Amino acid sequence: MNALFTIMKHELLLTLFLFVIFFFKLGKGMRNETMLSIVQVLLLVNFIAGFFFNTTGILFDGMYVSSDVTILEKNILNLGIYLISLVCSRWLNQSHHLPEFFVLMLAAQMGLFFMISSGNLLMFFLALELATIPVAAMANYDLEHKQSSEGAVKYILSSAFSSGILLFGISLIYGSTGTIRFELFATIGQVSTLQILAFIFLFAAFAFKLSIVPFHLWTADVYEGSPVATTSYLSIISKGATAFVFMTVLYKVFAPLMFVWNILIIILAIATMVIGNIFALRQNNIRRFLAFSSIAQVGFILVALVGANTDSVASIIYFVLVYLVSNLGAFGVASIIQSATNKDTIEDYKGMYQNNPFLSWVMALALFSLAGIPPVAGFFGKLFLIRAGASSAQYWFIIIAAINMMVALYYYLRVVRAIFMDKNSTPLQPIALTNTEKLGLIICSIGILITGLFSPIYDYIAKVVQQF
Amino acid sequence: MNVLLLLAIPLITVLAVLIARNKQQVRWVSFIGAAVQLELALAFLFMFRNMRSGGNMSSILFEKNYPLFPSLGINMHIGVDGIAIAMILLTSLVVIAGVLVSWNVEKMTKEFYLLLNLLSLGAYGFFISLDLFVLFFFLELAVIPKYLLIGIWGSGRKEYSANKLALMLMGGSALVLVGLLGLYFTAGNTFDLVAIAKTSISPATQKIIFPLLFIGFGVFTALFPFHTWVPDGHSSAPTAGSMFLAGISMKLGGYGALRVATYLLPEGAKQYADIIIVLSAIGILYGAFATMMQKDLKYINAYSSISHCGFVLLGIGMLTKTAIAGAVLQMVSHGLMTALFFAIIGMIYDRTHTRTVSEMGGLMKSMPFITTVLFIVGLCSLGLPGLSGFVAEMMVFVGSWERTGLFHRIATIAACMSIVVTAVYILRAIGSVAMGPVKNSVHGTLSDAGWQEKLAAIILIIGILAIGLAPNWLVDIVKPGVDVIITKLGTVVY
Repeated sequence: MNALFTIMKHELLLTLFLFVIFFFKLGKGMRNETMLSIVQVLLLVNFIAGFFFNTTGILFDGMYVSSDVTILEKNILNLGIYLISLVCSRWLNQSHHLPEFFVLMLAAQMGLFFMISSGNLLMFFLALELATIPVAAMANYDLEHKQSSEGAVKYILSSAFSSGILLFGISLIYGSTGTIRFELFATIGQVSTLQILAFIFLFAAFAFKLSIVPFHLWTADVYEGSPVATTSYLSIISKGATAFVFMTVLYKVFAPLMFVWNILIIILAIATMVIGNIFALRQNNIRRFLAFSSIAQVGFILVALVGANTDSVASIIYFVLVYLVSNLGAFGVASIIQSATNKDTIEDYKGMYQNNPFLSWVMALALFSLAGIPPVAGFFGKLFLIRAGASSAQYWFIIIAAINMMVALYYYLRVVRAIFMDKNSTPLQPIALTNTEKLGLIICSIGILITGLFSPIYDYIAKVVQQF
Repeated sequence: MNVLLLLAIPLITVLAVLIARNKQQVRWVSFIGAAVQLELALAFLFMFRNMRSGGNMSSILFEKNYPLFPSLGINMHIGVDGIAIAMILLTSLVVIAGVLVSWNVEKMTKEFYLLLNLLSLGAYGFFISLDLFVLFFFLELAVIPKYLLIGIWGSGRKEYSANKLALMLMGGSALVLVGLLGLYFTAGNTFDLVAIAKTSISPATQKIIFPLLFIGFGVFTALFPFHTWVPDGHSSAPTAGSMFLAGISMKLGGYGALRVATYLLPEGAKQYADIIIVLSAIGILYGAFATMMQKDLKYINAYSSISHCGFVLLGIGMLTKTAIAGAVLQMVSHGLMTALFFAIIGMIYDRTHTRTVSEMGGLMKSMPFITTVLFIVGLCSLGLPGLSGFVAEMMVFVGSWERTGLFHRIATIAACMSIVVTAVYILRAIGSVAMGPVKNSVHGTLSDAGWQEKLAAIILIIGILAIGLAPNWLVDIVKPGVDVIITKLGTVVY
């Protein structure tokens, strides 16, 4: 009994806090600000508690697996939702259904955690559904805007379709191998064509969730329509978790099929980086812009996936952490500006430095980190990814990745230029930041600045990954 | 004494600038920081000389190794040899001159000095690092400060120039990155320069990696045909920005091409030497002829920088001891000279509000100090003996003449001819600006240099004269470093 509580500690904590929020909601009518402060405290406790009393083990006859790597990954994602609750506080305070938002988010987070810890295909599918459906409701949270509903409907329809394909793939795998347990796949001797076909279907489901080209078409519309908190959750936490699971599935479960997915990932990585960059160049809406830039970032994660050794794993986990703080900084600033002034195009950001220096610097830091410029953490993240990918010795592939870094710099610099250099007769008025927003942005900035230069963080990740 | 002090002092200056409360404080804090950096550089220079004359013949001095990411083979391996010491001295001189020349910047002064100090941090870090990852880190560190400096405080088409500069330099860095990764994996998963120098890399691999590294670094040093960012970038930048860009940033490429590309990949260097010579000779001549067509003083200096930096690459391409030593000297000399030239142009522009040569004349009457310095820098540019330009260019030519093949002789002669062209455009431009009738009556009533500008100019002139009149102190420091590279190169067919 004890083992159940400590091995599944992260999920159980999330369930506990989910119910606590429910009970607070059912009690006397609380003001949004109070509710939000309580939720922030709960999420902070959740994050800190994730580091203590952890046990590794297997539950439910192999359905649920907990190892040091999964614990590390879950802690990183917990940090993410805590930061979202901080930086998006302005929008959250204005929302009519605040507790429900967090109930949905914690439920989706639970789904992601079960996905990371899944030990067989059934658990994986269940967790994937749990991670997807609440997010569709979260995407619709801007109830006054039709765009929000449009985004939500697009998301739920596309994910339902991809789940259907995934189920078909799962059934084919079960039919051809006779098992749904992950650890038994790696011992398949001969790989039949049916299994390759089933793998492609599974791959398609992952590619949908990760917005890999050509499965990315839902991304821009859903990100633009959803409120910024949901967009942050989708683009950062959901993608990060899916990247973790993708890594585990490819390296451990489908290792015999490496000859299939290696070349597949190289091609898709190039396509993703190039298409993501090309489309980001032309965006004016800041959320669509960040959406396409996140597609390009996922392309970089794919570059590291090609390496297929523990270095790749360490660099991907490290990059997701860096990507988390950088993107949350950028989305945080976008969310604050959107909630305060209802402006979200790059044109509106021109001349922002005059009245909002703190927001401008946080945005600039976040964009530099996303572009991969020293001394911020994004440089180290991207460089370690490319290094892991280069170990496969395909130099032309690395040259394409490096050139894409250069193209990406161009569109990130566009926003920096608008903020710092362009003149605007009507720049954004000074926005007074609340303490929670400042705290969230400062945590993001500190994360961006020190995660790279403070090398013990990467060393810790590398050490944990040795047991992968 | 730890070479890390060279990184610590700019960092402390950055923090001090952040907490300074008004513009005067910002300026004086930066000045004190730059002065401490200069003093540090001189201290290291003297300690280096003493250690050498005391018999310490190891190729790298002040070497320290701190682990950074041991699982990846990245360490903070720092140390200096003669070439690095020369470049550090150059950096400190240009930085203090840049701080002084920017004394009157009013717009966002704090951010300006912050970015300037970040640039100098990047330069120092680049020169002291012996680990390729750390080297690349410091190389890239300078991109954003350059972009912001040009884009916010620049003039003319500043956003366009800033964009072009940032993207082309990033493209060069991308090539360097791929080359560095190639070195990393062929040399057994280490980024350490000293360790890689000891492993032998197959000529076939060198043939692939060397062009990536050389072209990547060459973009920084205006290797033809990747020089297109130079004219707009230098001319749109604010004065201190141009001084730094032309004086130091272009030398990052030359140092990288020498230390990383040529030293680590000698077979590759020998294979591509002829192409390097052709490209640099074209760059020298093209830069010189293009300068003759320019009407804007800053564009004149920018194109002449392309021409002079061509000498650096030509010296490296010739692969003889004197030529490479000449290349290093040219880096130092040109750095000082072009920084001074941009400083003077900035001073003139602040007063006359024009950079077009035809609109100015007879400035000697109202600005005697500035025009005298203008003459000195112009004469240095065309290689007058007694000033540093002569020494550097002479060494490059003598070293190039040691290669007796017909191809090398032709290249050397072609490069020599550029001196004549340089003389034409320098004397024409400076002569018509300083002497002759006063074209605009307002110019007759302008003020001469203030104390900060005089101090900046004098510091740089002292550097130029020190190298020009008695170059052996610098050559003696640089030569052992060059010897190490020559030994690695092995025999070169003369």
